[in-house]
Amino acid sequence: MRIIGEALQTVWETPRGRAGVMFLGFLVLLALFGPLALPDPARQFDLDELAAVSPSVDHPFGTDQLSRDVLSRVVSGARISLAVAALAVALSVTLGAGVGLIAGYWGGAVDALLMRLVDGALAIPRLFLLMLVLVVPDRVPLLALVLMIGTTGWFATSRLVRAEVLRLREETFVQAAEALGASRRRIILRHLLVNAAGPLLVAATLGVGDVILLESGLSFLGLGVQPPTPSWGGMILDGRAAIEAAPWISIFPGVAIVLTVLATSLVGDALRDAFDPRGA
Amino acid sequence: MPLVAVRNLVKHYPAGGLFAKAPPVRAVEQVSFDVERGETLALVGESGCGKSSVGRTILRLQEPTSGRATFDGIDIFALDRKALRRLRRRMQIIFQDPYGSLNPRMTIGAAVAEGIEIHGLARGAEVGRRVSALLEEVGLDPDYARRYPHEFSGGQRQRIGIARALAVEPSFIVCDEPVSALDVSVQAQVLNLLADLQRDRGLSYLFIAHDLAVVRQIARRIAVMYLGRIVESGPTEPLLASPRHPYTVALLSAVPEPDPTRRRSRIVLSGDLPSPSAPPSGCPFHTRCFHPARNERCRTELPQLRPVGATMAACHYAESTPAAAPVAATA
Amino acid sequence: MTRVLEVGNLRVSFPARDGRRFFPVDGVSFTLDRGETLALVGESGCGKSLTSLALLQLVPASGRVEPGSTIRLGDTDVLSLKGEALRHIRGRRIGMIFQDPMTSLNPVFTVGDQIAEGVRAHLPVSRGEARERARTLLQEVGIPDPAGRLDAYPHQLSGGMRQRVMIAIALAAEPEILVADEPTTALDVTVQAQILEVLDQLRRARGMAVLLITHDLGIVAGRADRVSVMYAGQIVEEAPTPELFAHPSHPYTQGLFASVPRISGPVNRLTPIGGTVPAPTAWPTGCRFRPRCPQAFEKCQLPPELLPVGPDHRMRCWLAEGRPFRD
Repeated sequence: MRIIGEALQTVWETPRGRAGVMFLGFLVLLALFGPLALPDPARQFDLDELAAVSPSVDHPFGTDQLSRDVLSRVVSGARISLAVAALAVALSVTLGAGVGLIAGYWGGAVDALLMRLVDGALAIPRLFLLMLVLVVPDRVPLLALVLMIGTTGWFATSRLVRAEVLRLREETFVQAAEALGASRRRIILRHLLVNAAGPLLVAATLGVGDVILLESGLSFLGLGVQPPTPSWGGMILDGRAAIEAAPWISIFPGVAIVLTVLATSLVGDALRDAFDPRGA
Repeated sequence: MPLVAVRNLVKHYPAGGLFAKAPPVRAVEQVSFDVERGETLALVGESGCGKSSVGRTILRLQEPTSGRATFDGIDIFALDRKALRRLRRRMQIIFQDPYGSLNPRMTIGAAVAEGIEIHGLARGAEVGRRVSALLEEVGLDPDYARRYPHEFSGGQRQRIGIARALAVEPSFIVCDEPVSALDVSVQAQVLNLLADLQRDRGLSYLFIAHDLAVVRQIARRIAVMYLGRIVESGPTEPLLASPRHPYTVALLSAVPEPDPTRRRSRIVLSGDLPSPSAPPSGCPFHTRCFHPARNERCRTELPQLRPVGATMAACHYAESTPAAAPVAATA
Repeated sequence: MTRVLEVGNLRVSFPARDGRRFFPVDGVSFTLDRGETLALVGESGCGKSLTSLALLQLVPASGRVEPGSTIRLGDTDVLSLKGEALRHIRGRRIGMIFQDPMTSLNPVFTVGDQIAEGVRAHLPVSRGEARERARTLLQEVGIPDPAGRLDAYPHQLSGGMRQRVMIAIALAAEPEILVADEPTTALDVTVQAQILEVLDQLRRARGMAVLLITHDLGIVAGRADRVSVMYAGQIVEEAPTPELFAHPSHPYTQGLFASVPRISGPVNRLTPIGGTVPAPTAWPTGCRFRPRCPQAFEKCQLPPELLPVGPDHRMRCWLAEGRPFRD
């Protein structure tokens, strides 16, 4: 935990990192509390006038073809997109770290087997794989979506963690722990994992941006988050038909995606810098 | 019975990749020695002689290729994991590199306490008390327990490493070049500390180093290694006063002495150290040996360690090894 | 004796976290004559390496040589040089070798190429001539089969050989001065002896001056004509070698001598200097050695000057005032 606190502090000190953290923080707050303050878009149908209205004081982002306030929808979408991203990344990171630690520390046949598996999995394009799986059932529950994305995203992370473990294994403090009689479990958790946390954190942060893009893409194709649950990708899809007449329906969710991914990139880069030059 | 007895220890490291078979690195070849209770045996040699490998293999941080090592009569290499872990309490190691030997993400208090926790030597507040006592014993302020390694200097980190090793109450410590990376005055502090601890706790040391002057301060006996073998061994002062193996003579003459009036005739070895994966036939030193009696026999027949004068030397002509005579001062 | 190098009041500053500057090199002065070896001795953090880098204006970017410092190479004021003029003295008039030969050599070029590069950077010769010179240099530094080794890569050579190659590169353009920053610290003691021997031979053959930076008093005793001892960014004692070893006068120097293990003579318990080396960001006020000095007294709260204690022998310590000058 101390590592995260220190790292965040270093990130805060760089202007880009600070911008990224501030935006993400703002987004998280918005996602948590926004829907409470804004009208529920699901109930906004104005059956008298089902029309897209351009941005105005009443509706800062305009309304869509079903008269739903785009701003409210973007905020609700934030909740979904961030939740999916956070959970999926948490799953990926856990799987990746676990496999990486085992492969790196045990070495030998176990390592070889696991890494060949990872190599094979990395050869399959993730988006296509997901599309293939998601197109089959009629409805995909949100949890299943999270699981699918999470279980396809851990391969690169495992390689990263394995590389860190291989490096750390040769460090004298690990040998010192072995000399003291530490169990393998203790060495992995207290010595290896703790020191590999840096790159892992960076990978997780950048992974959030990746997943948001992925999920938006899938939702845009109709395969991800299903309506009426709002998602940014889905909203872009909705607005596609009216792109010339009412461009704001697609633009605002699109901008939201861009800004969020940009913010995660900035924070991820700043974190990477925070961990890099810091030597023993 | 000696505390530690090593017989015919061999350690080879495999080389080459999956498809290219390369000859193994013969780091340790048929090394045998004893360490008595309460004494220090120094293992001296230059890089690539295998001394560090010996230390780590005895502690079973690496598995030996062959050979035997016993601790207090117990066969170290035959133990299962549980028994080995119990034995680890009694034999410990201090490393050369003060910067890599401490986990950067662990407070030094936690680092020192780790051994206590692993072996269940104390619980709760008692752990903290022991850690404080250990830090004091090595000359550090107990309040430092909350700090992280990067806040300390090289000398202080070595002391922390010593405290960590002492926490499990060992009787034998392998000191792997503990002062080589330290400045001169810090080196003296740590050497004194090690000597004091030996006296107060009755410790035995296997002191691995390359600096003969340092070794002289702390070791009662010295074993000189070259290309994985012990070429000479014996009590410190007699060995340094009249070395019998040519390599020891060369090593000694190469040590720069802080006294401009004493100009020893320096023996400068020709050539390079042969690779440990392709050691010379016969005597490992023959390719660089300056002994006037060096001949065909040296090239074909491996000399065995045998008593010559006050020491044991592995040289066919050890009786007539020329000494590096001190030359009178230049005006 | 011809004076080849004169360094006066050299100060190098770096920015600290709080914005102010601190001075790891704080008022260093020394001279070098043709053909002699001056040793700059001290422990880590005393500023000796930075001093040597400053001579070639190789101080890291955030550092700055302070105004008031002078570095004169014969008639040339080194600190006023820029660009081409500066490049001209680097290698041509002052050559430098570093501690770690592994990282100082470019792993993707052959040894011959790297030496030839050093030659051609300063001397108007053809490629073929440069290669021939490289071969001669390899021979001079004692590498067996020099013609064959020209095409070797650094990783194919041992540490001692690589260091010899470094020396060859440093000497390629025939400099008047060689700066050797801990040239043998990373090497085994028998290899160290070889390298020091090579350096000595080359020095005598070429009449070079050598600035030898080291922490090893043994090397100093064997190879240096004069010694300057550094502590906390300053020179605290300077003397010809035999004089320094016979009469170490500054308490720090005395402390160093008492803490060095000896290979001959009686084995006594070492008496290390108490305390630790101060950080450059927080030099003590007054005499910088005062907090650790067993002989400190009231006047030590004032920073001492370099005062004479013997023939050609000065120290930065108020104790010099109470002592009769030794003839």
